[in-house]
Amino acid sequence: MLHNLSIGELAERLNSRELSSVELTRHYLARIERFGATLNAMITLTAERALADAAQADLRLKGGERGPLLGIPLIHKDIFCTDGVRTSCGSRMLDNFIAPYDATVVTRLKEAGVVMLGKANMDEFAMGSSNETSYYGPVKNPWNTRKVPGGSSGGSAAAAAARLAPLATGTDTGGSIRQPAALTGITGIKPTYGRVSRYGMIAFASSLDQAGVFARSVADAVPALQVMAGFDPRDSTSVDAPVPDYAAALGKPLKGLKIGILREFFEGLEARNAALIHDALNVYKDLGAQTVEISLPHLPASVPTYYVVAPAECSSNLSRFDGVRYGYRCEQPKDLLDLYKRSRGEGFGAEVKRRIMTGTYVLSAGYFDAYYLKAQKVRRLITDEFRTAFTQVDLLIGPTTPTPAFDLGAKVDDPVTMYLNDIYTIGANLAGLPALSLPCGFLDGLPMGLQLMGPHFSEDRLLCAGHAYQLATDWHKRAPEGYE
Amino acid sequence: MLRALLRTLSIQYMSLTRQDVEKIAHLARLSISEQELPVYVSALSSIVNFVDELSRVQTGDVEPMAHPLDGQQQRLRADEVTSTDCREKYQVNAPSVAAGLYVVPRVIE
Repeated sequence: MLHNLSIGELAERLNSRELSSVELTRHYLARIERFGATLNAMITLTAERALADAAQADLRLKGGERGPLLGIPLIHKDIFCTDGVRTSCGSRMLDNFIAPYDATVVTRLKEAGVVMLGKANMDEFAMGSSNETSYYGPVKNPWNTRKVPGGSSGGSAAAAAARLAPLATGTDTGGSIRQPAALTGITGIKPTYGRVSRYGMIAFASSLDQAGVFARSVADAVPALQVMAGFDPRDSTSVDAPVPDYAAALGKPLKGLKIGILREFFEGLEARNAALIHDALNVYKDLGAQTVEISLPHLPASVPTYYVVAPAECSSNLSRFDGVRYGYRCEQPKDLLDLYKRSRGEGFGAEVKRRIMTGTYVLSAGYFDAYYLKAQKVRRLITDEFRTAFTQVDLLIGPTTPTPAFDLGAKVDDPVTMYLNDIYTIGANLAGLPALSLPCGFLDGLPMGLQLMGPHFSEDRLLCAGHAYQLATDWHKRAPEGYE
Repeated sequence: MLRALLRTLSIQYMSLTRQDVEKIAHLARLSISEQELPVYVSALSSIVNFVDELSRVQTGDVEPMAHPLDGQQQRLRADEVTSTDCREKYQVNAPSVAAGLYVVPRVIE
Protein backbone atom coordinates (compact mmCIF):
# COMPACT_ATOMS: atom_id res chain seq x y z
CA MET A 1 0.00 0.00 0.00
CA LEU A 2 1.08 3.54 -0.76
CA HIS A 3 1.00 4.62 2.89
CA ASN A 4 3.64 2.08 3.84
CA LEU A 5 6.16 3.31 1.29
CA SER A 6 9.08 5.39 2.49
CA ILE A 7 9.55 8.99 1.38
CA GLY A 8 12.39 7.79 -0.84
CA GLU A 9 10.16 5.20 -2.51
CA LEU A 10 7.33 7.70 -2.94
CA ALA A 11 9.69 10.27 -4.45
CA GLU A 12 11.02 7.65 -6.86
CA ARG A 13 7.50 6.84 -8.07
CA LEU A 14 6.55 10.50 -8.30
CA ASN A 15 9.75 11.32 -10.17
CA SER A 16 9.25 8.45 -12.62
CA ARG A 17 5.64 9.64 -13.06
CA GLU A 18 4.43 6.15 -12.15
CA LEU A 19 2.42 7.85 -9.38
CA SER A 20 0.95 11.35 -9.37
CA SER A 21 0.89 13.64 -6.38
CA VAL A 22 -2.88 14.01 -6.86
CA GLU A 23 -3.32 10.21 -6.53
CA LEU A 24 -1.09 10.12 -3.47
CA THR A 25 -2.88 13.08 -1.90
CA ARG A 26 -6.28 11.46 -2.54
CA HIS A 27 -5.03 8.27 -0.91
CA TYR A 28 -4.04 10.10 2.27
CA LEU A 29 -7.15 12.28 2.33
CA ALA A 30 -9.21 9.08 2.15
CA ARG A 31 -7.30 7.69 5.14
CA ILE A 32 -7.90 10.89 7.09
CA GLU A 33 -11.58 10.60 6.20
CA ARG A 34 -11.62 6.99 7.39
CA PHE A 35 -9.67 7.33 10.64
CA GLY A 36 -9.74 11.03 11.42
CA ALA A 37 -12.85 11.01 13.61
CA THR A 38 -11.71 7.99 15.67
CA LEU A 39 -8.35 9.54 16.43
CA ASN A 40 -9.43 13.21 16.49
CA ALA A 41 -5.95 13.94 15.12
CA MET A 42 -6.98 16.85 12.90
CA ILE A 43 -8.39 20.30 13.65
CA THR A 44 -8.69 21.59 10.09
CA LEU A 45 -8.66 19.69 6.81
CA THR A 46 -7.53 21.55 3.69
CA ALA A 47 -8.52 18.94 1.09
CA GLU A 48 -9.33 21.32 -1.73
CA ARG A 49 -6.14 23.29 -1.34
CA ALA A 50 -4.18 20.03 -1.01
CA LEU A 51 -5.50 18.72 -4.32
CA ALA A 52 -4.71 22.05 -6.01
CA ASP A 53 -1.17 22.01 -4.56
CA ALA A 54 -0.79 18.38 -5.62
CA ALA A 55 -1.83 19.26 -9.17
CA GLN A 56 0.75 22.05 -9.07
CA ALA A 57 3.41 19.59 -7.88
CA ASP A 58 2.45 17.26 -10.72
CA LEU A 59 2.96 20.11 -13.17
CA ARG A 60 6.41 20.79 -11.74
CA LEU A 61 7.24 17.08 -12.00
CA LYS A 62 5.93 17.00 -15.56
CA GLY A 63 8.16 19.96 -16.36
CA GLY A 64 11.16 17.89 -15.33
CA GLU A 65 11.67 19.31 -11.85
CA ARG A 66 12.82 16.79 -9.24
CA GLY A 67 13.05 16.91 -5.49
CA PRO A 68 12.91 14.59 -2.50
CA LEU A 69 9.68 16.22 -1.25
CA LEU A 70 8.08 17.39 -4.48
CA GLY A 71 4.47 16.16 -4.33
CA ILE A 72 4.78 14.54 -0.86
CA PRO A 73 1.82 15.14 1.52
CA LEU A 74 2.34 16.47 5.03
CA ILE A 75 0.34 17.59 8.05
CA HIS A 76 1.27 20.76 9.95
CA LYS A 77 0.84 21.11 13.67
CA ASP A 78 -1.79 23.82 14.16
CA ILE A 79 0.79 26.05 15.85
CA PHE A 80 2.32 27.05 12.48
CA CYS A 81 0.69 30.01 10.79
CA THR A 82 -0.73 29.09 7.39
CA ASP A 83 -1.77 32.00 5.19
CA GLY A 84 -5.54 32.04 4.67
CA VAL A 85 -6.10 28.92 6.78
CA ARG A 86 -7.39 28.84 10.35
CA THR A 87 -4.51 28.54 12.83
CA SER A 88 -6.07 27.75 16.22
CA CYS A 89 -3.11 26.56 18.33
CA GLY A 90 -5.64 24.18 19.90
CA SER A 91 -7.32 27.08 21.69
CA ARG A 92 -10.76 28.66 21.84
CA MET A 93 -8.79 31.92 21.86
CA LEU A 94 -7.79 31.40 18.23
CA ASP A 95 -10.75 29.32 17.06
CA ASN A 96 -11.62 32.04 14.54
CA PHE A 97 -8.07 33.12 13.67
CA ILE A 98 -7.17 33.03 9.97
CA ALA A 99 -3.40 33.42 9.76
CA PRO A 100 -2.43 36.36 7.54
CA TYR A 101 0.95 34.88 6.57
CA ASP A 102 2.90 31.61 6.41
CA ALA A 103 5.41 30.53 9.03
CA THR A 104 8.92 30.17 7.55
CA VAL A 105 8.70 26.39 8.09
CA VAL A 106 5.49 26.35 6.04
CA THR A 107 6.98 28.55 3.30
CA ARG A 108 10.10 26.41 2.97
CA LEU A 109 8.23 23.12 2.82
CA LYS A 110 5.76 24.61 0.33
CA GLU A 111 8.63 25.74 -1.91
CA ALA A 112 10.02 22.19 -1.76
CA GLY A 113 6.69 21.02 -3.20
CA VAL A 114 5.15 19.54 -0.07
CA VAL A 115 1.35 19.23 -0.12
CA MET A 116 -0.36 20.28 3.13
CA LEU A 117 -3.31 18.00 3.96
CA GLY A 118 -4.44 19.98 6.99
CA LYS A 119 -3.67 21.12 10.52
CA ALA A 120 -3.11 18.70 13.37
CA ASN A 121 -4.70 18.74 16.80
CA MET A 122 -2.43 19.69 19.72
CA ASP A 123 -2.46 20.64 23.37
CA GLU A 124 -3.68 24.20 23.81
CA PHE A 125 -0.79 26.56 23.00
CA ALA A 126 1.45 23.46 23.14
CA MET A 127 0.98 23.23 26.92
CA GLY A 128 0.41 19.62 27.81
CA SER A 129 1.89 16.14 27.63
CA SER A 130 -1.19 14.15 26.64
CA ASN A 131 -3.06 16.22 24.06
CA GLU A 132 -5.96 16.47 26.49
CA THR A 133 -5.78 20.26 26.94
CA SER A 134 -6.91 20.92 23.35
CA TYR A 135 -10.10 22.97 22.91
CA TYR A 136 -10.93 20.45 20.16
CA GLY A 137 -10.86 17.43 22.46
CA PRO A 138 -8.20 14.80 23.13
CA VAL A 139 -6.35 12.89 20.41
CA LYS A 140 -6.43 9.09 20.72
CA ASN A 141 -3.40 6.87 20.41
CA PRO A 142 -3.72 4.63 17.32
CA TRP A 143 -2.10 1.74 19.24
CA ASN A 144 -4.95 1.80 21.76
CA THR A 145 -7.64 4.43 21.56
CA ARG A 146 -8.14 4.42 25.35
CA LYS A 147 -4.59 5.78 25.67
CA VAL A 148 -3.19 9.26 25.13
CA PRO A 149 -0.84 9.86 22.17
CA GLY A 150 1.38 12.15 24.25
CA GLY A 151 1.69 15.86 23.70
CA SER A 152 1.78 18.55 22.90
CA SER A 153 2.20 17.54 19.24
CA GLY A 154 -0.23 14.62 19.80
CA GLY A 155 -2.24 15.09 16.60
CA SER A 156 0.89 15.17 14.43
CA ALA A 157 2.28 12.04 16.10
CA ALA A 158 -0.99 10.08 15.99
CA ALA A 159 -1.47 11.05 12.33
CA ALA A 160 2.03 9.95 11.31
CA ALA A 161 1.76 6.72 13.34
CA ALA A 162 -1.65 5.91 11.81
CA ARG A 163 -0.21 6.60 8.35
CA LEU A 164 -2.56 9.54 7.69
CA ALA A 165 0.49 11.34 6.28
CA PRO A 166 4.09 10.31 5.70
CA LEU A 167 5.34 13.43 7.47
CA ALA A 168 4.07 15.81 10.14
CA THR A 169 5.59 18.90 11.68
CA GLY A 170 5.75 19.48 15.42
CA THR A 171 7.26 21.77 18.00
CA ASP A 172 9.20 20.82 21.11
CA THR A 173 9.43 23.13 24.12
CA GLY A 174 9.89 20.46 26.81
CA GLY A 175 9.53 17.22 24.87
CA SER A 176 6.49 17.89 22.69
CA ILE A 177 7.99 16.11 19.67
CA ARG A 178 9.99 13.34 21.34
CA GLN A 179 7.44 12.24 23.95
CA PRO A 180 4.50 11.78 21.51
CA ALA A 181 6.87 10.17 18.97
CA ALA A 182 7.85 7.64 21.65
CA LEU A 183 4.28 6.97 22.76
CA THR A 184 3.06 6.40 19.19
CA GLY A 185 6.02 4.36 17.94
CA ILE A 186 7.48 6.78 15.42
CA THR A 187 10.61 8.86 14.90
CA GLY A 188 10.73 12.48 16.05
CA ILE A 189 13.56 14.98 16.02
CA LYS A 190 13.94 18.23 17.93
CA PRO A 191 16.77 20.19 16.34
CA THR A 192 19.21 22.52 18.09
CA TYR A 193 17.65 25.75 19.39
CA GLY A 194 18.04 28.25 16.55
CA ARG A 195 18.45 25.64 13.79
CA VAL A 196 14.87 25.97 12.48
CA SER A 197 13.11 29.33 12.24
CA ARG A 198 10.44 30.17 14.81
CA TYR A 199 8.93 32.85 12.57
CA GLY A 200 5.18 32.29 12.35
CA MET A 201 5.27 29.56 14.98
CA ILE A 202 2.97 30.69 17.78
CA ALA A 203 5.23 31.34 20.76
CA PHE A 204 4.94 29.46 24.05
CA ALA A 205 8.39 29.76 25.70
CA SER A 206 10.69 31.59 23.34
CA SER A 207 14.02 30.42 24.79
CA LEU A 208 12.93 26.76 24.56
CA ASP A 209 10.61 26.44 21.52
CA GLN A 210 12.00 24.65 18.50
CA ALA A 211 10.31 23.18 15.42
CA GLY A 212 10.98 19.66 14.21
CA VAL A 213 9.48 16.75 12.37
CA PHE A 214 7.76 13.38 12.78
CA ALA A 215 8.24 10.52 10.33
CA ARG A 216 8.18 6.75 10.41
CA SER A 217 11.96 6.58 10.07
CA VAL A 218 15.05 8.73 10.33
CA ALA A 219 15.59 8.37 6.59
CA ASP A 220 12.10 9.82 6.00
CA ALA A 221 12.66 12.71 8.41
CA VAL A 222 15.93 13.76 6.74
CA PRO A 223 14.60 15.50 3.60
CA ALA A 224 12.05 17.45 5.69
CA LEU A 225 14.62 18.60 8.24
CA GLN A 226 17.00 19.53 5.42
CA VAL A 227 14.39 21.94 4.04
CA MET A 228 13.28 23.30 7.42
CA ALA A 229 16.75 23.99 8.80
CA GLY A 230 18.72 27.13 8.10
CA PHE A 231 19.05 30.81 8.77
CA ASP A 232 16.01 33.07 8.71
CA PRO A 233 16.53 36.81 9.20
CA ARG A 234 12.93 37.07 10.47
CA ASP A 235 13.76 35.07 13.62
CA SER A 236 16.15 37.03 15.84
CA THR A 237 17.50 33.82 17.41
CA SER A 238 17.91 31.93 14.15
CA VAL A 239 21.51 30.83 13.81
CA ASP A 240 23.38 31.87 10.70
CA ALA A 241 25.43 28.73 10.17
CA PRO A 242 25.68 26.37 7.21
CA VAL A 243 23.37 23.33 7.28
CA PRO A 244 25.20 20.07 6.57
CA ASP A 245 23.94 17.61 3.98
CA TYR A 246 22.00 15.31 6.30
CA ALA A 247 21.38 12.61 3.69
CA ALA A 248 25.13 12.39 3.08
CA ALA A 249 25.73 11.96 6.83
CA LEU A 250 23.52 8.85 7.06
CA GLY A 251 25.97 6.34 5.69
CA LYS A 252 28.86 7.10 8.01
CA PRO A 253 30.14 4.15 10.07
CA LEU A 254 29.57 4.24 13.83
CA LYS A 255 32.92 2.65 14.66
CA GLY A 256 34.53 4.58 17.48
CA LEU A 257 31.37 6.57 18.31
CA LYS A 258 31.27 7.23 22.05
CA ILE A 259 27.83 6.99 23.62
CA GLY A 260 27.31 8.23 27.16
CA ILE A 261 24.78 6.38 29.32
CA LEU A 262 23.11 9.00 31.48
CA ARG A 263 23.21 7.60 34.99
CA GLU A 264 20.48 9.90 36.36
CA PHE A 265 18.06 8.67 33.71
CA PHE A 266 18.30 5.12 34.95
CA GLU A 267 17.82 5.84 38.66
CA GLY A 268 14.30 4.74 39.52
CA LEU A 269 13.58 3.74 35.93
CA GLU A 270 11.33 0.70 35.59
CA ALA A 271 13.49 -2.38 34.91
CA ARG A 272 11.64 -3.35 31.73
CA ASN A 273 12.11 0.17 30.33
CA ALA A 274 15.81 0.11 31.25
CA ALA A 275 16.15 -3.29 29.56
CA LEU A 276 14.88 -1.84 26.27
CA ILE A 277 17.54 0.88 26.38
CA HIS A 278 20.23 -1.68 27.21
CA ASP A 279 19.10 -3.78 24.24
CA ALA A 280 19.57 -0.70 22.08
CA LEU A 281 23.01 -0.15 23.57
CA ASN A 282 23.93 -3.68 22.58
CA VAL A 283 22.86 -2.89 19.02
CA TYR A 284 25.17 0.13 19.10
CA LYS A 285 28.04 -1.92 20.53
CA ASP A 286 27.61 -4.42 17.70
CA LEU A 287 27.85 -1.50 15.29
CA GLY A 288 31.21 -0.53 16.76
CA ALA A 289 30.19 2.16 19.25
CA GLN A 290 31.74 2.42 22.71
CA THR A 291 29.68 3.17 25.78
CA VAL A 292 30.68 5.14 28.87
CA GLU A 293 28.64 5.96 31.95
CA ILE A 294 28.11 9.69 32.41
CA SER A 295 26.64 11.57 35.35
CA LEU A 296 24.95 14.97 35.23
CA PRO A 297 24.28 15.63 38.92
CA HIS A 298 22.05 18.67 38.33
CA LEU A 299 19.85 16.97 35.76
CA PRO A 300 17.13 16.02 38.29
CA ALA A 301 16.57 19.75 38.82
CA SER A 302 15.66 20.18 35.16
CA VAL A 303 11.91 19.60 35.65
CA PRO A 304 11.40 22.26 38.37
CA THR A 305 13.71 24.59 36.41
CA TYR A 306 11.60 24.13 33.33
CA TYR A 307 8.34 24.65 35.22
CA VAL A 308 9.60 28.07 36.28
CA VAL A 309 11.24 29.19 33.02
CA ALA A 310 8.53 27.95 30.63
CA PRO A 311 5.53 29.43 32.51
CA ALA A 312 7.41 32.73 32.99
CA GLU A 313 8.00 33.01 29.25
CA CYS A 314 4.46 31.80 28.56
CA SER A 315 2.88 34.44 30.78
CA SER A 316 4.81 37.08 28.90
CA ASN A 317 4.16 35.69 25.40
CA LEU A 318 0.46 35.08 25.96
CA SER A 319 -0.13 38.62 27.18
CA ARG A 320 -0.62 39.47 23.49
CA PHE A 321 -4.04 37.79 23.60
CA ASP A 322 -6.08 40.74 24.78
CA GLY A 323 -9.37 40.42 22.90
CA VAL A 324 -8.54 43.55 20.92
CA ARG A 325 -6.48 42.84 17.82
CA TYR A 326 -7.35 39.19 17.11
CA GLY A 327 -8.74 36.16 18.81
CA TYR A 328 -11.64 35.64 21.17
CA ARG A 329 -13.52 38.57 22.71
CA CYS A 330 -16.04 38.17 25.52
CA GLU A 331 -19.65 39.36 25.14
CA GLN A 332 -20.67 42.79 26.42
CA PRO A 333 -17.46 43.95 28.17
CA LYS A 334 -18.30 46.69 30.65
CA ASP A 335 -14.87 48.33 30.43
CA LEU A 336 -11.38 47.64 29.08
CA LEU A 337 -10.25 45.71 32.15
CA ASP A 338 -13.35 43.53 32.00
CA LEU A 339 -12.70 42.96 28.29
CA TYR A 340 -9.14 41.79 28.99
CA LYS A 341 -10.03 39.62 31.95
CA ARG A 342 -13.08 37.88 30.58
CA SER A 343 -11.71 37.47 27.03
CA ARG A 344 -8.66 35.76 28.50
CA GLY A 345 -10.56 33.92 31.23
CA GLU A 346 -13.06 32.50 28.73
CA GLY A 347 -10.67 32.13 25.78
CA PHE A 348 -7.97 30.10 27.58
CA GLY A 349 -8.38 26.62 29.02
CA ALA A 350 -7.43 25.49 32.54
CA GLU A 351 -3.85 24.35 31.87
CA VAL A 352 -2.96 27.52 29.98
CA LYS A 353 -4.39 29.61 32.83
CA ARG A 354 -2.41 27.58 35.38
CA ARG A 355 0.79 28.23 33.46
CA ILE A 356 0.10 31.92 32.91
CA MET A 357 -0.56 32.29 36.64
CA THR A 358 2.52 30.26 37.62
CA GLY A 359 4.59 32.47 35.34
CA THR A 360 3.02 35.64 36.67
CA TYR A 361 3.76 34.49 40.21
CA VAL A 362 7.44 33.61 39.62
CA LEU A 363 7.99 36.93 37.85
CA SER A 364 6.18 39.03 40.45
CA ALA A 365 7.83 41.39 42.90
CA GLY A 366 9.25 39.49 45.86
CA TYR A 367 9.41 36.11 44.08
CA PHE A 368 11.51 36.93 41.01
CA ASP A 369 14.87 36.16 42.65
CA ALA A 370 13.74 33.04 44.48
CA TYR A 371 12.14 31.44 41.44
CA TYR A 372 12.92 32.96 38.07
CA LEU A 373 16.50 34.06 38.66
CA LYS A 374 17.20 30.88 40.61
CA ALA A 375 15.86 28.75 37.74
CA GLN A 376 18.04 30.64 35.28
CA LYS A 377 21.09 29.87 37.41
CA VAL A 378 20.21 26.19 37.64
CA ARG A 379 19.63 26.25 33.89
CA ARG A 380 23.25 27.28 33.44
CA LEU A 381 24.50 24.55 35.79
CA ILE A 382 22.59 21.94 33.78
CA THR A 383 23.79 23.36 30.47
CA ASP A 384 27.41 23.42 31.65
CA GLU A 385 27.16 19.78 32.73
CA PHE A 386 25.91 18.82 29.28
CA ARG A 387 28.77 20.79 27.71
CA THR A 388 31.33 18.97 29.86
CA ALA A 389 29.70 15.62 29.07
CA PHE A 390 30.08 16.30 25.35
CA THR A 391 33.82 16.76 25.74
CA GLN A 392 33.88 13.09 26.78
CA VAL A 393 31.22 11.51 24.57
CA ASP A 394 29.66 12.09 21.15
CA LEU A 395 26.06 11.34 22.10
CA LEU A 396 24.03 10.69 25.22
CA ILE A 397 21.46 7.93 25.46
CA GLY A 398 18.45 7.32 27.67
CA PRO A 399 14.73 6.60 27.56
CA THR A 400 12.37 9.19 26.07
CA THR A 401 9.60 8.64 28.63
CA PRO A 402 9.27 6.95 32.03
CA THR A 403 6.25 4.84 30.96
CA PRO A 404 4.33 3.87 27.83
CA ALA A 405 1.16 5.78 26.88
CA PHE A 406 -1.20 6.15 29.86
CA ASP A 407 -5.01 6.14 29.98
CA LEU A 408 -6.97 9.13 28.76
CA GLY A 409 -8.09 11.11 31.78
CA ALA A 410 -5.59 9.45 34.16
CA LYS A 411 -3.56 12.57 34.95
CA VAL A 412 -5.72 15.53 33.92
CA ASP A 413 -6.51 16.59 37.48
CA ASP A 414 -2.94 16.43 38.68
CA PRO A 415 -0.72 18.92 36.85
CA VAL A 416 2.53 18.01 38.60
CA THR A 417 2.24 14.26 37.91
CA MET A 418 1.53 15.20 34.29
CA TYR A 419 4.69 17.36 34.26
CA LEU A 420 6.82 14.35 35.20
CA ASN A 421 6.18 12.87 31.75
CA ASP A 422 8.76 15.32 30.51
CA ILE A 423 11.42 14.28 33.03
CA TYR A 424 13.81 12.89 30.37
CA THR A 425 13.13 15.36 27.58
CA ILE A 426 13.35 18.76 29.29
CA GLY A 427 17.15 18.79 29.70
CA ALA A 428 17.71 19.09 25.96
CA ASN A 429 15.39 22.10 25.78
CA LEU A 430 17.03 23.92 28.68
CA ALA A 431 20.45 23.43 27.10
CA GLY A 432 19.19 23.98 23.52
CA LEU A 433 20.49 20.58 22.38
CA PRO A 434 19.24 18.51 19.45
CA ALA A 435 17.59 15.23 20.41
CA LEU A 436 15.95 12.34 18.64
CA SER A 437 13.39 9.74 19.76
CA LEU A 438 13.38 6.35 18.04
CA PRO A 439 11.02 3.40 18.54
CA CYS A 440 12.94 0.76 20.54
CA GLY A 441 10.41 -1.87 21.59
CA PHE A 442 7.14 -2.40 23.41
CA LEU A 443 5.85 -2.48 26.97
CA ASP A 444 2.37 -3.89 27.58
CA GLY A 445 1.70 -3.82 23.85
CA LEU A 446 2.54 -0.12 23.58
CA PRO A 447 5.55 1.41 21.83
CA MET A 448 8.49 2.87 23.75
CA GLY A 449 11.13 5.36 22.69
CA LEU A 450 14.88 5.59 22.89
CA GLN A 451 16.33 9.07 23.17
CA LEU A 452 19.64 10.27 21.72
CA MET A 453 20.99 13.72 22.52
CA GLY A 454 23.96 15.47 20.96
CA PRO A 455 25.89 18.71 21.30
CA HIS A 456 24.64 21.87 19.55
CA PHE A 457 24.31 21.47 15.77
CA SER A 458 25.08 17.74 15.78
CA GLU A 459 21.85 16.80 13.96
CA ASP A 460 23.92 15.02 11.32
CA ARG A 461 25.51 12.77 13.94
CA LEU A 462 22.17 12.07 15.64
CA LEU A 463 20.48 11.23 12.35
CA CYS A 464 23.39 8.99 11.35
CA ALA A 465 23.22 7.10 14.66
CA GLY A 466 19.43 6.85 14.46
CA HIS A 467 19.52 5.58 10.90
CA ALA A 468 22.17 2.97 11.74
CA TYR A 469 19.93 1.71 14.58
CA GLN A 470 16.96 1.49 12.23
CA LEU A 471 18.99 -0.46 9.67
CA ALA A 472 19.79 -2.98 12.41
CA THR A 473 16.29 -3.19 13.97
CA ASP A 474 12.72 -3.17 12.75
CA TRP A 475 10.80 -1.52 15.63
CA HIS A 476 10.12 1.50 13.44
CA LYS A 477 8.42 -0.70 10.86
CA ARG A 478 5.66 -1.87 13.20
CA ALA A 479 2.25 -0.38 12.49
CA PRO A 480 -0.67 -0.18 14.90
CA GLU A 481 -3.31 -2.82 14.19
CA GLY A 482 -5.93 -1.65 11.74
CA TYR A 483 -3.66 1.03 10.26
CA GLU A 484 -1.19 -1.23 8.40
CA MET B 1 15.92 10.93 39.13
CA LEU B 2 12.28 9.88 39.01
CA ARG B 3 12.45 8.87 42.70
CA ALA B 4 13.87 12.22 43.79
CA LEU B 5 11.08 14.06 42.00
CA LEU B 6 8.35 11.81 43.30
CA ARG B 7 9.51 12.67 46.83
CA THR B 8 8.53 16.29 46.23
CA LEU B 9 5.01 15.20 45.34
CA SER B 10 4.38 13.95 48.83
CA ILE B 11 4.39 17.52 50.18
CA GLN B 12 0.74 18.44 50.72
CA TYR B 13 0.30 21.94 52.04
CA MET B 14 -1.23 25.05 50.52
CA SER B 15 1.64 27.42 49.84
CA LEU B 16 -0.71 29.98 48.26
CA THR B 17 -3.83 31.53 49.73
CA ARG B 18 -7.05 32.44 48.02
CA GLN B 19 -5.97 36.10 48.18
CA ASP B 20 -2.63 35.25 46.54
CA VAL B 21 -4.38 33.57 43.64
CA GLU B 22 -6.87 36.42 43.24
CA LYS B 23 -3.95 38.85 43.07
CA ILE B 24 -2.05 36.71 40.55
CA ALA B 25 -5.17 36.36 38.39
CA HIS B 26 -5.61 40.13 38.44
CA LEU B 27 -1.96 40.73 37.48
CA ALA B 28 -2.36 38.19 34.66
CA ARG B 29 -5.67 39.80 33.58
CA LEU B 30 -7.60 36.54 33.92
CA SER B 31 -11.13 36.33 35.25
CA ILE B 32 -11.45 33.30 37.53
CA SER B 33 -14.90 32.38 38.82
CA GLU B 34 -15.68 31.84 42.52
CA GLN B 35 -16.19 28.11 41.88
CA GLU B 36 -12.88 27.75 40.00
CA LEU B 37 -10.82 29.65 42.57
CA PRO B 38 -10.23 26.80 45.09
CA VAL B 39 -9.16 24.52 42.22
CA TYR B 40 -6.51 27.04 41.18
CA VAL B 41 -5.39 27.58 44.79
CA SER B 42 -4.76 23.87 45.11
CA ALA B 43 -3.16 23.36 41.66
CA LEU B 44 -0.90 26.43 41.90
CA SER B 45 0.12 25.46 45.44
CA SER B 46 1.24 22.03 44.28
CA ILE B 47 3.14 23.57 41.36
CA VAL B 48 4.86 26.07 43.68
CA ASN B 49 5.71 23.29 46.16
CA PHE B 50 7.19 21.34 43.30
CA VAL B 51 9.36 24.15 41.93
CA ASP B 52 10.46 25.01 45.48
CA GLU B 53 12.80 22.03 44.99
CA LEU B 54 15.08 24.56 43.29
CA SER B 55 15.90 26.19 46.62
CA ARG B 56 17.89 23.04 47.50
CA VAL B 57 20.31 23.60 44.61
CA GLN B 58 23.51 25.47 45.51
CA THR B 59 23.89 28.17 42.86
CA GLY B 60 26.26 30.65 44.52
CA ASP B 61 27.35 33.32 42.06
CA VAL B 62 26.41 31.37 38.92
CA GLU B 63 25.52 33.75 36.10
CA PRO B 64 21.78 33.42 35.25
CA MET B 65 21.18 31.97 31.79
CA ALA B 66 18.36 33.50 29.79
CA HIS B 67 18.95 31.76 26.55
CA PRO B 68 20.55 28.53 25.23
CA LEU B 69 22.72 30.43 22.74
CA ASP B 70 23.59 33.20 25.14
CA GLY B 71 27.16 33.50 23.87
CA GLN B 72 25.79 34.63 20.55
CA GLN B 73 25.59 38.30 19.54
CA GLN B 74 22.11 39.66 18.88
CA ARG B 75 21.83 40.60 15.24
CA LEU B 76 20.79 44.06 14.11
CA ARG B 77 19.36 44.81 10.72
CA ALA B 78 19.59 47.94 8.63
CA ASP B 79 16.90 50.50 9.44
CA GLU B 80 15.05 50.05 6.17
CA VAL B 81 11.43 49.39 5.32
CA THR B 82 11.11 45.70 4.50
CA SER B 83 7.40 44.98 4.71
CA THR B 84 4.37 46.56 3.16
CA ASP B 85 1.21 47.80 4.88
CA CYS B 86 -0.97 44.80 5.77
CA ARG B 87 -3.45 46.59 8.00
CA GLU B 88 -6.58 45.47 6.18
CA LYS B 89 -5.42 41.88 6.06
CA TYR B 90 -4.55 41.88 9.75
CA GLN B 91 -7.74 43.59 10.83
CA VAL B 92 -9.85 40.82 9.29
CA ASN B 93 -9.09 38.95 12.54
CA ALA B 94 -10.03 41.80 14.86
CA PRO B 95 -13.22 41.43 16.92
CA SER B 96 -14.20 45.04 16.24
CA VAL B 97 -12.75 47.71 13.92
CA ALA B 98 -13.96 51.05 12.63
CA ALA B 99 -12.25 53.29 10.08
CA GLY B 100 -9.10 51.17 10.31
CA LEU B 101 -8.95 51.45 14.09
CA TYR B 102 -9.41 48.77 16.76
CA VAL B 103 -12.52 49.40 18.83
CA VAL B 104 -12.52 48.86 22.61
CA PRO B 105 -14.91 49.98 25.37
CA ARG B 106 -14.63 53.66 26.24
CA VAL B 107 -11.43 54.33 28.25
CA ILE B 108 -11.66 58.10 28.83
CA GLU B 109 -14.92 59.50 30.18
